Amino acid sequence: MGENLSRRRYLSWLVAATATLILGCLVAVTIGPAAVSLTQVAASIGAHLGIPTDAPVPILVDSIVWQLRLPRVLTAALVGAGLALSGAVMQSVTRNPLADPYLLGLSSGASVGAVCVVILGIGFALPVAAFLGALLALVATLSIARVGGTITPVRAVLAGLAIAQLAGALTSFIIFWAAKGDSYREILNWLLGSVAGATWSSVAIAATAVAVVGTGILLSATRLDAFAFGDTSAASLGINVNRTRWALLASVALLTGAMVAVSGSIGFVGLILPHLVRGISGPGHRRLLPLVAVAGAVFLVVADTLARTVFDPRELPVGIITAFIGVPVFIVLIKRKKSHLWA
Amino acid sequence: MGVDLDRLSFGIDGTMILRDVSVSVQTGSVTGLLGPNGAGKSTLLRLIAGIDTADSGTVTLDDVSIGSLSRRDAARRIALLEQNAAPSVELTVLEVVLLGRIPHRTTLMGSFSGEADRAVAFDALAAVGAASLSDRSWHTLSGGQQQRVQIARAMAQQPSLLLLDEPTNHLDVSAQLSLLGQVRDLGVTAIMALHDLNLAAAYCDRILLLDGGRLVAAGTPDEVLTPEIIGAVYGVDCFILEHPRGGHPVIVYSAAAVAAGNS
Repeated sequence: MGENLSRRRYLSWLVAATATLILGCLVAVTIGPAAVSLTQVAASIGAHLGIPTDAPVPILVDSIVWQLRLPRVLTAALVGAGLALSGAVMQSVTRNPLADPYLLGLSSGASVGAVCVVILGIGFALPVAAFLGALLALVATLSIARVGGTITPVRAVLAGLAIAQLAGALTSFIIFWAAKGDSYREILNWLLGSVAGATWSSVAIAATAVAVVGTGILLSATRLDAFAFGDTSAASLGINVNRTRWALLASVALLTGAMVAVSGSIGFVGLILPHLVRGISGPGHRRLLPLVAVAGAVFLVVADTLARTVFDPRELPVGIITAFIGVPVFIVLIKRKKSHLWA
Repeated sequence: MGVDLDRLSFGIDGTMILRDVSVSVQTGSVTGLLGPNGAGKSTLLRLIAGIDTADSGTVTLDDVSIGSLSRRDAARRIALLEQNAAPSVELTVLEVVLLGRIPHRTTLMGSFSGEADRAVAFDALAAVGAASLSDRSWHTLSGGQQQRVQIARAMAQQPSLLLLDEPTNHLDVSAQLSLLGQVRDLGVTAIMALHDLNLAAAYCDRILLLDGGRLVAAGTPDEVLTPEIIGAVYGVDCFILEHPRGGHPVIVYSAAAVAAGNS
């Protein structure tokens, strides 16, 4: 009985969040140095999707909407969804409330891969390099954390910290050694995170990764639930623990790699959003995952809009905004949550 | 479910944890697995559950080798409760019990548990007298309540074999007695690792006694719990009395160690 009520409540949250996301994306496209109205945005998108409109949109406005702002907003939404999903999965399979792609070295590893490719001037290999970097960092972190066949949450965080530091040093070294002129700016974007350079191909990469990996993760919701009491309990519930854990972590590495390839390493989305959303959806993954993806998307669209407007005409890397919002939220969560999660 | 262990051996990094354990457990019986710390009790339970694989020897469940079952098929037959398990996220009691339904769902779309699963979960909670706890948060429960909910989770798995690793750990006397009474009343074949010899004597049909990875005695409580065997395995001096009501053996320990020989 209560279940049905709360199911309805959950669905209304999901619908409300999705509506907020769509509306938020449209409004975000209107915001910027050149004034664009919501009608013009709708008309421009409609025209490109082949829907005839009464009032034709000026060509300049159309190119601002279609070429500049829309790809950027969509990329922000997709990256937010991808990072939030990654964080939720990592927290479950490592049984660690602190796990997110950033903390376990994934993002830093992906940055090394991305920076290498930028320096070598083979930009088309970027997503692949970022994925390989993320995967390598993940394998390194988990091999260090794995002692006597088990991975404890504390060891995973410590190992991730070491790998993230190493990857950060490697990235800085590569820049110091090889970067000149323009590549500095591009590299800074990866380190701090930004969707400023997003194009339709960014959207395509992020959308493919979120759709493919996200579907796989959603279908694994039950298996993720089974990890709640740890490995032995998951195994006794019929889960093939090692195979499931590595498959899910590799999926997350792929997802994070794709996100870093289009936006650099944006922190705190994957860490904070799962905690916030669990408060609404509960810990069950079939409810948590869809809502966390939508909430992550909303969060990053808002953060990116702030990033490009607050100090207009100068633009902040969005990673700075997510940290400014994320850290206080995190502190509130630490203070509010009962100590068992953080002991 | 009948369980047959045949010459089971298992080692970790060259250290033998279990050597040549062979025994049969009857369908519907409650078996106590006893032995000093490090005797191999938890390892034996993990081998029977198929979570670890023996280096040599076989585990057979009603004529089916555990090695031939997939993880999922094994989980539909066997439920294992480990020691001191705690969830990493905030779960309600009902959510914990519903975890037990996971092996019975379909792999692909099984995330969508239905009313049938909830009915099984409520029945399991009722069976351990915890129906009123269903909406409580796991972390607000007492130790005894948590163990009862864990048993309900295992029962929701609808196993033919229930394995429990020190289920009475950290429980007060009344919680220990009611928990073991409930395990007996479930009527499922159960094997449980216990430290308290008197609880084992009171609640188990048969006793398996492990020492240093070997099975040193197996039989009814009367057969296994003798001063000689207890002295040899635990190094303590004791007397055996008869329980005034149940008739089962009651172990009374003497203070001084047998090994010292100066009592």
